[in-house]
Amino acid sequence: MHKQSLFHISKRDALPWYQAVLIRGGAIVLALIVCALVTMLLTGENPISIYGTIFYGAFGTARKSWVTFQNLAVLLGISLAVTPAFKMRFWNIGAEGQVLIGCLATAACMIVLGDKLPNGVLIPVMLVAAIAAGALWGFLPSFFKAKWNTNETLFTLMMNYIATQLAAFFIIVWEVPKGAGKIGIINQNSEAGWLPVIGGKQYLLTILVVVVMTILMYIYLNYSKHGYEIAVVGESRRTASYAGIKVDRVIIRTMVLSGAVCGLMGLLLTAGTDHTLTTTIVGGRGFTAVMVSWLAKFNPIVMVFTSLLLVVLSRGASEISSVFSLNQSFADILTGIILFFIIGSEFFLTYKVSLRKSRKEA
Amino acid sequence: MENITKRFGKVTANNAVNLELHEGEILSLLGENGSGKTTLMNMLSGIYFPDEGQIYIHGQPVTIGSPKDAFAHGIGMIHQHFKLVDVFTATENIILGLEEKGRMNIPEATRKVKEICDKYGFDIDPNQKIYDMSVSQKQTVEIVKVLYRGADILILDEPTAVLTPQETDKLFQIMRNMKADGKSLIIITHKLHEVLDVSDRVAVLRKGEYIGDVLTKDADQQSLTDMMVGHAVALNIDRPEPVNVQKRLEITGLTAYDELGVKRLDDVSFTINAGEVLGIAGIAGSGQRELLESIAGLYPVAEGSVRYYAPDGSAPKELVGLDPMDIRKNGIAMSFVPEDRLGMGLVGSMGMTGNMMLRSWRKGASIFLNRKDPEALANRIWNELGVVTPSTNFPVRRMSGGNVQKVLVGREIAQSPAVLMTAYAVRGLDINTSYTIYNLLTEQKMKGVAVVYVGEDLDVLLELCDRIVVLCGGQVSGVVDARTTDKRQIGSLMTLVRGGKVDA
Repeated sequence: MHKQSLFHISKRDALPWYQAVLIRGGAIVLALIVCALVTMLLTGENPISIYGTIFYGAFGTARKSWVTFQNLAVLLGISLAVTPAFKMRFWNIGAEGQVLIGCLATAACMIVLGDKLPNGVLIPVMLVAAIAAGALWGFLPSFFKAKWNTNETLFTLMMNYIATQLAAFFIIVWEVPKGAGKIGIINQNSEAGWLPVIGGKQYLLTILVVVVMTILMYIYLNYSKHGYEIAVVGESRRTASYAGIKVDRVIIRTMVLSGAVCGLMGLLLTAGTDHTLTTTIVGGRGFTAVMVSWLAKFNPIVMVFTSLLLVVLSRGASEISSVFSLNQSFADILTGIILFFIIGSEFFLTYKVSLRKSRKEA
Repeated sequence: MENITKRFGKVTANNAVNLELHEGEILSLLGENGSGKTTLMNMLSGIYFPDEGQIYIHGQPVTIGSPKDAFAHGIGMIHQHFKLVDVFTATENIILGLEEKGRMNIPEATRKVKEICDKYGFDIDPNQKIYDMSVSQKQTVEIVKVLYRGADILILDEPTAVLTPQETDKLFQIMRNMKADGKSLIIITHKLHEVLDVSDRVAVLRKGEYIGDVLTKDADQQSLTDMMVGHAVALNIDRPEPVNVQKRLEITGLTAYDELGVKRLDDVSFTINAGEVLGIAGIAGSGQRELLESIAGLYPVAEGSVRYYAPDGSAPKELVGLDPMDIRKNGIAMSFVPEDRLGMGLVGSMGMTGNMMLRSWRKGASIFLNRKDPEALANRIWNELGVVTPSTNFPVRRMSGGNVQKVLVGREIAQSPAVLMTAYAVRGLDINTSYTIYNLLTEQKMKGVAVVYVGEDLDVLLELCDRIVVLCGGQVSGVVDARTTDKRQIGSLMTLVRGGKVDA
């Protein structure tokens, strides 16, 4: 007689919302338990105190909280930018480069025009330059995609390297002092081109901009005709052309929007908070954004929570590494475990696993 | 097979089915779509594993866990969709996947294939490549493949769906030859006349339940339908005489190539009249899809013209070169029910409302969507056509085939079209839904709509349509009056200009 598999997997019918919540919640609890076990086995530290430290690292002091919310805003902003593209099933993994090129355009304006224009003129110029640069970085791959059906994943990825190399080149051109290989704080004395600080809180502007963007993006995707076009194109291009949607135009328009929002985030980074330009200023958030967007199933409101989760984990991670003098990698392990469970739970939301009933052998 | 039960999630596809197959007989397995025929056969051939029940072969209980097990017990299945490698020859395909010891011996295999062919009267060349073969030859290769593996029990899943009447007759002759040789055959079909023609016994499934079996000689079309549906069904399509027939679309010299430069439409000319149902017949892939998509502005046309004659008698408009949006902006109400429902006609992840919007999303000057009217339309179709769905937001992808089609046809008819084109509108639908669709189309015809019906069931084409255009290899091989023609004539037109690849 043949062996049978012990369980079989079948697709679920519609899942009541409370079950979905239960499965997701269960995944997080399980993740925390596994993390606790791993922590104890590998470090001998008390997991509760590790979790406490993570929380302290993210929200322990007012300053820590502000940094957390600033990081959240940047990550969320970039995630919002890539979301229309991904909803259209356009694999834009070029957010890193689109943001960086926005940073570069901003820095260029600040350095070249900083002592020539008053802030009232300079900042709008920077805004236009950053958005245009990001939009261009979004336009190129989409144009090639629409005209010649090039692979957008490779194309957007390669555009990242171009942006990085351009930034590296100009950093040497503008380096301060000569031979330092970096720019340092731009216009440190004049503060020309620095975005205004609201209510004495340096990070508040970025946070407010991203809050507004989140709401606008939600409305755009769910209630506008453009949003509908994006959803249809993402589902099936043939259906889209059947419905009279000009597919090429939608692809290009959406990627220009995606790139433009990335460029805006670049402006906020360079002119709003960091006041400098480095090749690593985006710090991989262009890629993390893809995960945020997918985890939230492209819902901008849910993205607030998915990006919060990732930001708190990474902020807590640096805290752990200093407090317990553990390697930073240990925090990455914990992040990995938690993401594994969260993404894994999606499987159980779609499929049901049941044990085979024991069969009487005849 | 005894008490076979198979569930998919909450759906019970087969519920305690008992089925018996005798040696040397042809058994027809009859049932509406979704009645569990294919599922049951897939368990016999090792693709699915039954949740409950036991299979016996020659009185011995057996466990069939994989297609390999099935072959070991002499069971082979010929699927609806062929699983052949195009660039291989018939023989190479036949021995593909066989784990024989030693080196591959192609000449020896070829000899054995020839032997099988001669024995049962198959007409294939073992050394011919698959891409050179007609559909019926490919099917033959599939059958030989199963026989080569020594099958005594052959299962054919809707083998005639892709064949012309002449090819079907040939297949049936081969099936009788195999029966005479002591093989047992199960044929899945929902064409009643074929059941009556070829089989010895008929087993009927309905909604996963085994209803019973009858000897074919004791059955007729009406009694089988009643068994299948569970209540008496009128099997006649009402075909009122067309009134006020007007020229609506005139197609001349339409020629189109696909992406690879293969000619898909070759100098196609005919007219589509308002107040008529125009049937389009042809073997699958004879240019039906390309033709409809060309008219709808979805397929690049190389040459020719499609002229639209508006009901108000204004000057004709040329449609070639316009995309669907241009066509609509020109005030031409053209509805199209494409073959690929979820890949072209509908958005699977959206509900009924979202799908209604496919036709109306651009209306109005606002940048925001109007959700109210589509919602109202969705509710209307939900009620009038009896669509089974929990809500108008339930993704259409998760509805059953019949309901999906009701949503699509309902939406297209609601556009009050001047031209209504449908491709395989009843494919995969049960008898009741099919008749609902036929009636809707006839209703449209009586309203003065020019209805185009691309179909595969010749009986239906003959009963439903007024005129029938027959396509063959991208050419029009004939336009016939559906009231005076018969299946033979259409069948030979279907294979007319194929350069003798299939004998008509």
